[in-house]
Amino acid sequence: MSTRRIHAWPVRLTHWLNAFGMFCMISSGWGIYNASPLFAFHFPTWSTLGGWLGGSIAWHLAVMWLLVINALAYLLYGALSRHFARDLLPLSVSAVRRDLFAALRLKLQHRLGHYNAVQRLSYWLVLALGVLVVLSGLAIWKPVQLHGLASLFGGFDIARYVHFFAMAGIAAFIVLHLTLVLLVPSTLPPMITGGRRETSHE
Amino acid sequence: MSERKKAPPKLEPAQQTQVVNLQRRLLLRSGLSLGALAMLGGCNLQDGDQVDKLLWSMSRWNDRVQAWLFSGQRLAQTYTATQITDPFPFNAFYAEYNVPEIDLDGYRLEVSGLVERKQPWTLQALRQLPQRSDITRLICIEGWSAIGQWGGVPLRTFLERIGADTTAKYVGFKCADRYYSYLDMPTALHPQTLLALDFGQVALPPDYGYPLRVRVPTKLGFKNPKHIVELFVSNQNPGGYWEDQGYNGFSGI
Repeated sequence: MSTRRIHAWPVRLTHWLNAFGMFCMISSGWGIYNASPLFAFHFPTWSTLGGWLGGSIAWHLAVMWLLVINALAYLLYGALSRHFARDLLPLSVSAVRRDLFAALRLKLQHRLGHYNAVQRLSYWLVLALGVLVVLSGLAIWKPVQLHGLASLFGGFDIARYVHFFAMAGIAAFIVLHLTLVLLVPSTLPPMITGGRRETSHE
Repeated sequence: MSERKKAPPKLEPAQQTQVVNLQRRLLLRSGLSLGALAMLGGCNLQDGDQVDKLLWSMSRWNDRVQAWLFSGQRLAQTYTATQITDPFPFNAFYAEYNVPEIDLDGYRLEVSGLVERKQPWTLQALRQLPQRSDITRLICIEGWSAIGQWGGVPLRTFLERIGADTTAKYVGFKCADRYYSYLDMPTALHPQTLLALDFGQVALPPDYGYPLRVRVPTKLGFKNPKHIVELFVSNQNPGGYWEDQGYNGFSGI
């Protein structure tokens, strides 16, 4: 156990590919949103990718392949390597409540290589949002050929709202995630180098 | 961007068309390179051309995936008359007052390319062919959608009447408003793909593409050209007004 890295290389590789993919998908998605906004606001042009609707769609439908293939690779690795079972489980309501209250009182210690219950919950939630954003995206892309999937979301128009809110949830996760990295900067280098586990705590 | 603002030299009409096409490509390129520079500026990949090429080749890959996903049998959902969107949104690449004026008595649909019978068609002759009407949802690439009823000749029926080579790859359309677009042959042969003459209970009004438009409920709105004046069958990809600027060519839904 003492030689095990905090983040195995497949986790680091898929993490950074995913970061690039998410950045492209969200910023190009905002460009597409602006062509026919669902709500009474636009995203500022500087925050969009693609320059115009055709460019934003070109980015969105190109990078979706990277994002989905990368996500499948990660999920496959996570299940087969027991990364999910070892690092993101077990998870209980009482543990989440305990860690959440500790965190709000700023009394939750961070141990490198160990996820607390709130982190575990947020990772499961963002994984679920990832599945939702891909499925609702497929429903928007192919509402006729994947008619059953589109119906599951209540049709094309409602699937657009689902896609938007799934994006919003993922964006909120990213804000939280980056805030935590700023609060505990020592978590950043292990995601690049792999880091070394603190065995004294194990 | 500054390249497009230089005063153009005097050109022949054919050359002007080429320049316009080139400018369209540059439009996509400059738009894409803005994002590319912002994102890849630190990666020594400052050449927007490379990113542009990658995006175009991914778009061609998406054409192939969509052609594979497309079913010639699966019908688009149909709706009831009470679900029709009223008023139906006007949409074109120009303002409403620029809708072309067409002399209906003199109107002929020209036919060319890989077909046996190339004589032009009057509206009356088209109305004598078997008709079909569907209430379907039109989905615009911008994201909005609207339900309408279109009636007319199934494109498959028309292609059979003119002796079209249905093993060819594309059916192209030229329009009175200089718009142009195309369909892949499997989509052209889909039972709900129409040469539409009617909108709701009336002949196509000017705003909705009179006197003849393509209605294809398995594609995005911009693949439904209006005011069509020529149809041709070809193995060369005919391109399109938006397709040439960077919209995905297949754009199936």
